[in-house]
Amino acid sequence: MNLTLKIWRQKNASDKGKMVDYKVNDISPDMSFLEMLDVLNEQLINTGDQPVAFDHDCREGICGMCSLYINGEAHGPDRGVTTCQLHMRMFKDGDTIFIEPFRAKAFPVVKDLIVDRSAFDRVQHAGGFISVNTSGNTIDANATPVNKADADKAFEAATCIGCGACVATCKNSSAMLFVGAKVSQFALLPQGQVEATDRVLNMVKQMDEEGFGNCTNTGACEVECPKGISLENIARMNTEFLKASLKG
Amino acid sequence: MSGILNSSIGRKFAMALSALFLMFFLLQHFAINILSVFSADAFNEASHFMGTFWAVQYLLQPVLIFGVVFHFVMGFVLEIKNKKARQVSYAKNNGAANSTWMSRNMIYSGAAILAFVVLHFIDFWIPELNVKYIQGDMSGLHNGEFRYFAELQHKFVNPARVAAYVIAFVFLALHLLHGFESAFQSVGANNKYTKGLKGISKVYAIGLPLGFIFIALFHHFNH
Amino acid sequence: MALDSKTPKGPIKDKWTNYKNKIDLVNPANKRNIDVIVVGTGLAGGSAAATLAELGYNVKAFCFQDSPRRAHSIAAQGGINAAKNYQGDGDSTYRLFYDTVKGGDYRSREANVYRLAEVSANIIDQCVAQGVPFAREYGGLLDNRSFGGVLVSRTFYAAGQTGQQLLLGAYSAMNRQIGRGKIKMYNRHEMLDVVKVDGKARGIITRNLITGEIERHSAHAVVLGSGGYGNVFFLSTNAMGSNVTAGWKAHKRGAYFANPCYTQIHPTCIPVSGDHQSKLTLMSESLRNDGRIWVPKHMKDVEAIKAGTLKPVDLAEEDRDYYLERRYPAFGNLVPRDVASRAAKERCDAGYGVNATGEAVYLDFASAITRYGKEQATIKGLDVNDAALIKKLGQEVVKNKYGNLFQMYEKIVDQDPYNTPMMIYPAVHYTMGGVWVDYNLMTTVPGLYCIGEANFSDHGANRLGASALMQGLADGYFVLPYTIGDYLSDDIRTGPISTDSKEFEEAENDVKKTLEFFITNEGQHSVDYFHKRLGKIMWNKVGMSRNVKGLTEAIAEIKELRAQFWKEVKVPGAADEYNEELAKAGRVADFLELGELFAKDALNREESCGGHFREDSVELDGEQKGEALRNDKDFAYVSAWEYKGEPSDAVLHKEELEFNDIELKQRSYK
Repeated sequence: MNLTLKIWRQKNASDKGKMVDYKVNDISPDMSFLEMLDVLNEQLINTGDQPVAFDHDCREGICGMCSLYINGEAHGPDRGVTTCQLHMRMFKDGDTIFIEPFRAKAFPVVKDLIVDRSAFDRVQHAGGFISVNTSGNTIDANATPVNKADADKAFEAATCIGCGACVATCKNSSAMLFVGAKVSQFALLPQGQVEATDRVLNMVKQMDEEGFGNCTNTGACEVECPKGISLENIARMNTEFLKASLKG
Repeated sequence: MSGILNSSIGRKFAMALSALFLMFFLLQHFAINILSVFSADAFNEASHFMGTFWAVQYLLQPVLIFGVVFHFVMGFVLEIKNKKARQVSYAKNNGAANSTWMSRNMIYSGAAILAFVVLHFIDFWIPELNVKYIQGDMSGLHNGEFRYFAELQHKFVNPARVAAYVIAFVFLALHLLHGFESAFQSVGANNKYTKGLKGISKVYAIGLPLGFIFIALFHHFNH
Repeated sequence: MALDSKTPKGPIKDKWTNYKNKIDLVNPANKRNIDVIVVGTGLAGGSAAATLAELGYNVKAFCFQDSPRRAHSIAAQGGINAAKNYQGDGDSTYRLFYDTVKGGDYRSREANVYRLAEVSANIIDQCVAQGVPFAREYGGLLDNRSFGGVLVSRTFYAAGQTGQQLLLGAYSAMNRQIGRGKIKMYNRHEMLDVVKVDGKARGIITRNLITGEIERHSAHAVVLGSGGYGNVFFLSTNAMGSNVTAGWKAHKRGAYFANPCYTQIHPTCIPVSGDHQSKLTLMSESLRNDGRIWVPKHMKDVEAIKAGTLKPVDLAEEDRDYYLERRYPAFGNLVPRDVASRAAKERCDAGYGVNATGEAVYLDFASAITRYGKEQATIKGLDVNDAALIKKLGQEVVKNKYGNLFQMYEKIVDQDPYNTPMMIYPAVHYTMGGVWVDYNLMTTVPGLYCIGEANFSDHGANRLGASALMQGLADGYFVLPYTIGDYLSDDIRTGPISTDSKEFEEAENDVKKTLEFFITNEGQHSVDYFHKRLGKIMWNKVGMSRNVKGLTEAIAEIKELRAQFWKEVKVPGAADEYNEELAKAGRVADFLELGELFAKDALNREESCGGHFREDSVELDGEQKGEALRNDKDFAYVSAWEYKGEPSDAVLHKEELEFNDIELKQRSYK
């Protein structure tokens, strides 16, 4: 199929940037979206132009490196997938496709479609861990049984791949689904209880300092999350935060 | 506890609490208003009680005013902050793909409701304050009879006013359709009862404004 | 230089304990004055960085991704082995050790493998303490599953994403140290050289991938945890950015490169769909527990299927060739990865491949669905003869077990694997070879360590399923933190290492010169053009099945391609900006050298062992006719290659492998 692409081009962080039109032809419906961009880039290199910069790595939907806002949706129109697992069969011959970087003040554009998501890392530096040394002098793994329902919920929260689709898609650029998932994973496990108060207070504080917006419960993040992280995690974070605030 | 309102979640929590309070107030307001459909006397009695009982006037009324002002001011503050969190907007954004119109436009439905509240204050609340606290007439009587029902009927004669009320209540419904369940999510209630709660929220969000519309139309046509 | 593995003396089960009791330690106050560089933040690098920082060293960690959490360890699906014996099914440290050595086709170093098995149980304790959400049973205890054809259930897992969960555990341990300032994290930085001062590794040269800035970083020791080099094949299940550059630069600075030809080709991957393909996707090995592998028996059916006139589900049972069950009745579909992969290639080479490219076989769940369906119907007291009901019940069971994999397959291939057999084909997945290290995990360059997939040590010629995660974490959490102390105890008086020395300057200039060359070279082909061609040579001639003629040709062709690359490569943009093509050019340049050494190593090893299959080394008759034949008399050694300029000049050093605790046997799965 033949497509028209409208792609955000921005030379570097300080450049103003603009949308630029490109044409690609003979795209196979079996290609992944990123392979389609590979074709475009090969074309650009051969004509002496600058290839479009975009983030990607594992290309199997788990590393969370790929991003892209495609036709007005984070990771494009398909559900439960990242951009690298989005296939061209979701589009039709002759389509015009808008491709933009994830937009948020906390995710500044680095170049073209690449954004800096280190705000997520910093939120986790503030408390996304259990303070146990890796010396190996821990108790036997089976010494603390964990209720299966809680363990499963903790796992579901932990499936977050940190891609930032929640922030990109939220009309307020809120990171609460991400932070909620991280807080929930530890809040649900007995190992995480000891530091629960400090963890949620510190992580939320850092989240606010990074300039993310506030959650207004539109639920868009849950829909666009490639891993289907539930809004329940935000509610849990809210409770945890309130508990911690009353205590602290 | 200090500075909780400086945190994103704290503000969100405050927004939800004020919303829950206002939703409770609306229910109470509706309960009294609907009396006017069945019995003018009952409506008059209730109105007089609410308008003169000291706890309502000096305790609940200020709380309500604070709640209303807080909810609006905080709503606008949050909207401005949230807008700032995305400095460059998308060239193409397909919000309808993942969220409801209501959830994305609370600020507009809210603004419409604010406009209505202003009208409503001019219609009822300011004249009421004038009679009671400036002229000092706490009797609630006009020509020897309770004035409340008559005033109510009088207000709904003008079709333009009725139309404004109806439109405002449609916005209220839109606001509540998202706001009701959102408030519960914000205070951390998302669990096995959530599904049931969503049902209740729909009944409340559509039923209550419909009820108010019914009252307005009833008095307009039964004048 | 003679290769000394520095394996401690004594009985195998006491080696590690005795070693730990006798090594030199660095006191806590002195650790504060010692810097360590860790390159790579996967399971090995991430866990090492966190642990070294906890011990008190100043750690600088580097990754080319935008966050340490994205390293490719994240993509591991199945699980992690540990000799916990929670199931009481007879597992033990010795058994895990034995399985790993045997699975590696007796080409690994006994003492290293035993140590790995010994610390494995501790990994699980550690990860649970960190909050890794492993799968649990209803009683709240940890669940296990069996994996990779071994006889016990020792694999711990977190649904189909064990790698991600373990990496997030290591990453959280890192976060704690980053927050405390003990780890200085450099995201989006690529290591482009090792700097040696007075013969010791004292730092690295990196490029900031965002700004293009070339930076010098010094330390008292350098640790490489930079992963495998499967991308030398262009198409592999590795991440797009996975590369050999860190290991190769170390090689060029004096670290020997061991067993480059040992590559694991995983049998259950989604087949290539066309020339546009950029990478391959793995489907967990666990699928072979329930799926049956087949191709049509008759060529006419193959053609009908390719032409679309015959659906695979309509082909009668007697017209199907369940070739693994036919050839290996004892293990059937559960033969080890290398055997299953070669068997698929054999059928496809004979023309029985079932997709357009002729490179796919079926993995069929129909009989598992029926079997599970009948089981469920019996349990629930329903009609076992109702075919539609059986299918529905069976599909539910299969969905619970493999739902996420089936969904992934459907997204990529656009076919519903519940109702039509999956198509699979082998793909390059893991490299057992890597930088040579001794028992201390130190390379032949003093102060330069190599851990995880990047080194060669534990898996011999073939890796067992669920053992890669185990090795990465064992190296990083429990082995390196001890062994590096022994080395660093001599450095307590050294003081900070200056980056102003001529060694740093030279290394930086070399790096800059190469980058400058790429930017200014007026070539006509993109980097990918060369990478794809390299991949084709590697896959066709140095792939699943190797012979003298093909290997000799491959060596010549790669050499020629390399020469062409340095003449005709075209890199757009500038060096002082984000420039992915430039980063790729450097990586492919290294692959073009490694590829040749890889082929040379394969040519040298005139035996078939594990992932390395030589057509001239097979059983000639008897029941095992045609199967791989190992040659323990002549080849029970590690090939460690010393860099001498061109790959063709590399000098072979042999580390003879001694097996004192395990008897060498020919593997049989008949």
